Amino acid sequence: MDSLITFWAIYSNMILSLGINALLALSIWLTLACGVLSIANAAFMGIGAYAAALFTMKLGTPFLVSLGAGMLFPALAALVIGLPVIRLSGIYLAMATLAFGEVVRVVILNVDSLTGGARGLNGIPQLTQWWHVFLALAIVLFVLWRIKRARIGRAFDAIRSDETAASLMGINVSANELLALVLGAAIAGLAGALDAHLTFFIGPNEYGFSRAVHILTMAILGGITSLVGPVLGSTIITLLPEMFHEFIDFSLIINGAVLVLIVLFLPQGVWDPARFARWRRKGAADHA
Amino acid sequence: MLAQQLINAISLGCVFALFALGFTLIFGVLRVVNLAHGAVFMAGAYVALVTIVDLGLPLWAGMGAAFLAAGLLGAGIDWLILRPLRQRDAPELILMVATIGVATILANGVRILFGPDNLRFPQGLLPEDVIAVAGIRVTVIEILIILVSVSLMVLLMYAIKGTRYGRALRAVAESPRAARLMGIHVERMFFSTSFLAGGLGGMAGVLIGLYSNALYPLMGEPMLLAGVAVVILGGMGSIPGALIGGLFLGFSQVLSVAYIGSSARDAIAFGLLFAVLLLRPQGLFGTAAQRKA
Repeated sequence: MDSLITFWAIYSNMILSLGINALLALSIWLTLACGVLSIANAAFMGIGAYAAALFTMKLGTPFLVSLGAGMLFPALAALVIGLPVIRLSGIYLAMATLAFGEVVRVVILNVDSLTGGARGLNGIPQLTQWWHVFLALAIVLFVLWRIKRARIGRAFDAIRSDETAASLMGINVSANELLALVLGAAIAGLAGALDAHLTFFIGPNEYGFSRAVHILTMAILGGITSLVGPVLGSTIITLLPEMFHEFIDFSLIINGAVLVLIVLFLPQGVWDPARFARWRRKGAADHA
Repeated sequence: MLAQQLINAISLGCVFALFALGFTLIFGVLRVVNLAHGAVFMAGAYVALVTIVDLGLPLWAGMGAAFLAAGLLGAGIDWLILRPLRQRDAPELILMVATIGVATILANGVRILFGPDNLRFPQGLLPEDVIAVAGIRVTVIEILIILVSVSLMVLLMYAIKGTRYGRALRAVAESPRAARLMGIHVERMFFSTSFLAGGLGGMAGVLIGLYSNALYPLMGEPMLLAGVAVVILGGMGSIPGALIGGLFLGFSQVLSVAYIGSSARDAIAFGLLFAVLLLRPQGLFGTAAQRKA
């Protein structure tokens, strides 16, 4: 039991960030699953974190209500920005969402009276228990799994493979994409809200460009064809620096190199059921 | 006072425009959101530093070396990473993610080679004289920045509007497939565009290094975000848009610091950016790219 307590004392931060990062990777999985290249999830996470922390600190709401606010506000923001931006295609949308992330950062910096500006928010009560994170992850995984297997999930697949064909099949492309954006924003906001109540402090620069890149990297590394991919990708990205921490200088270079190599040689990510199936067939053929 | 600020604004705006020009070229021609452009910008600044400090060469040689090296870096990224992905017909997302990896490698490679601290160009590299024209004090650095960036931009505008090469470039930007059918060597155009864009980025790096007198491995990141803002404000893939957007960002930053306060440095530009995103997300001068379906 003692050893378990020591283990927890050393690794609890890492285990909790495993959960938070998995949520973030899943949040961007939703948009990627229907082919929308939105990289605003760091901003949605930030909106969620600030909304939840402010609800707890300024309004004194119970934790559950704060978490709800942490999901509602980013979802509303996604709706507002999504309506005009979703009309853009591919890289244009990526660029617009990247710019939106900067807008959010600058707004947080400039509304000092509410957000503390560059000084950030200090003294957020540490309400998040470890099981909150994993319960949230389990619920999100369950909901996404249901979505993936339902009509909406099939619509997402159709839109990702061919937008024109999907719309000819009678799928409302924009509505589905907007739904993915809003749901993804709510999940990212949930991750931000949970994280804010773990870390005691949040600041505007935590939700900037590098976080956006980090979230995207986790999902792409793992692969977006199934729900396993983002969870696996976030686990790898979270553990990689731990494994290489003797050469901490090189760990970021290794991160970058891994990303380039994955993109060049495993374009579907690490977790790619289609490739596993090919391997199995090949193995069977070799034995025959 | 106002005239003084205007000079500051123009020189800063020129560097933004120069940087954004490379970014928007790659966006318009290769259809890639090149998130490694900030790292190429940073690499250019460091190449100039090495040329000037370690090789003891004069400033113009450092600038030339930076243009060349950053250009080759850009072209190398295209050749080694983007070209194989294009040949596989990889989705746009994958190309963008590849450039993220490249940016991470470059920034951290430079951090290991040169350390994380701010480096600066040697003192006395440029005369510190201040030239007073009609009461406005202009430093040599500001004159250099304006001269170099304006001449590069004019040159590029001429090349794109007035030469055979520029026509081919515009054709590729319009439709790579149709351009290929017209006998244009599309891969070569991609390669040379990447070289040009990288070179412009590297030159912007040297100029910012001189202007702010601080080189550090992550200096490309704020610049990249400024570049994204410039390109959206001006219009995605639009070359005149990059110029206007760059100048606008320079003016709004300098003037809001001067007249409102340093905390408002980005507020006006990004407030407008938000408005543009809501009302005209393709940018003020952007033409294309609504979805086809």
